[in-house]
Amino acid sequence: MKKWQCVVCGFIYDEAKGLPEEGIAPGTRWGDIPENWACPDCGVAKSDFEMIEISDAA
Amino acid sequence: MHSIVIIGTGLAGYTTARELRKLDKDTPLTLVSADDGRFYSKPMLSNAFAQGKTAEQLATQDVAQMQAQLNATILAHTRVNSIDTARHTVTCDGKTLPYSKLVLALGADPIRAPLAGDAADQVLTVNDLADYARLRKALEGAKRIVIIGAGLIGCEFANDLCTAGFSVHVVDPNPAPLNRLLPEAAGAQLRAALGRTGAEWHANTKAVSVNRAHNGYLVTLADGAALEADVVLSAIGLKPRVLLAQQAGIKINRGIVTDRYLQTSAPDVYALGDCAEVEGLVLPFVMPIMHAARALARTLAGTPAPVVYPAMPVVVKTPAYPIVVSPPPAGISGAWQVTEGEEGVRALFYDAQQHLHGFALTGKSTSEKAALTQQIPPLLG
Repeated sequence: MKKWQCVVCGFIYDEAKGLPEEGIAPGTRWGDIPENWACPDCGVAKSDFEMIEISDAA
Repeated sequence: MHSIVIIGTGLAGYTTARELRKLDKDTPLTLVSADDGRFYSKPMLSNAFAQGKTAEQLATQDVAQMQAQLNATILAHTRVNSIDTARHTVTCDGKTLPYSKLVLALGADPIRAPLAGDAADQVLTVNDLADYARLRKALEGAKRIVIIGAGLIGCEFANDLCTAGFSVHVVDPNPAPLNRLLPEAAGAQLRAALGRTGAEWHANTKAVSVNRAHNGYLVTLADGAALEADVVLSAIGLKPRVLLAQQAGIKINRGIVTDRYLQTSAPDVYALGDCAEVEGLVLPFVMPIMHAARALARTLAGTPAPVVYPAMPVVVKTPAYPIVVSPPPAGISGAWQVTEGEEGVRALFYDAQQHLHGFALTGKSTSEKAALTQQIPPLLG
């Protein structure tokens, strides 16, 4: 499971948690999210997200 | 063929360029920036300190990387002096640059409170990456912070700096924070939550002077209180940068006036972001910039596209008390219906016909954001 961060607002999409309130189930891989999906906080397009490392301590 | 010229490399300028390049890879593109042209996350300026992030860490790309990514020429540290709309040229540092289409993404200036005192000019504001670097430097060795203004940015800084261990005082003329956005019940809860993180509130008053003291500054309030501070931070709002447009004879009001196509009163000149007033709306938030930049990119690429604004809730980055608010549009009359419970405050703004036009959600209720947003009619449909 990976985490992806919005380059503009810092919102983090965590594959393990998904976004149940937007109908994206926990465990949904980034690649399986529709291409027209946008950051729920700021509207940035999916293509403008970046992957961030997961810290093992978390 | 002349270049498309974008003035400004903040979120509005760079997002327009990025969206344009998704549609048109080749048209010459020039961006002019008064600052160093690095790309950074603007919303993170007000919550990056507690995470220990430096300005360098927030800057994810430098000018060379942005030039390569955008296939564009970027003139950094370059200020545009004038625009000649008849000749389709801009002048910067004595050089004349022709444009085919011009985009004004100038941003806004922080409003400066009218303060007396011999240290009034030492009050900091944070509206760009260089400001953030200055703030971080000022905070080295500091303990006591006074924040003037309890709007979005003031509250976010209050939360961030309390978390980072500073002693924080917040001064605001209203009874509760986020007064313009939130119904009072939610504002009172935010105030209490930030109080639990250590913020001291000075409500219903304002700062009148900032003077040098033997050890830092002394901030005097209208209610007579005097606060000692090492750093004074002002966050009382933004004023769109309109001067350049005004001097070029372009129509301005509160911001640079544009129509639905982001076109100003001058042919081939467009404006978006914090400097623009789009169909009467000045919206200095990220989400409107994203919608505007996408529409403008299509227009610049040859297919005129009007801006559509859905309801655009604002997430308030106060982890001590999570809030999301979709303020009811100006001119809609109605009333808040507020319920408070274990899940937080849930305030819904209905008109007389019981149509939803806005909401404010706190705590666990924020998970209802997506569902409620869908019920609100678009701001510009």
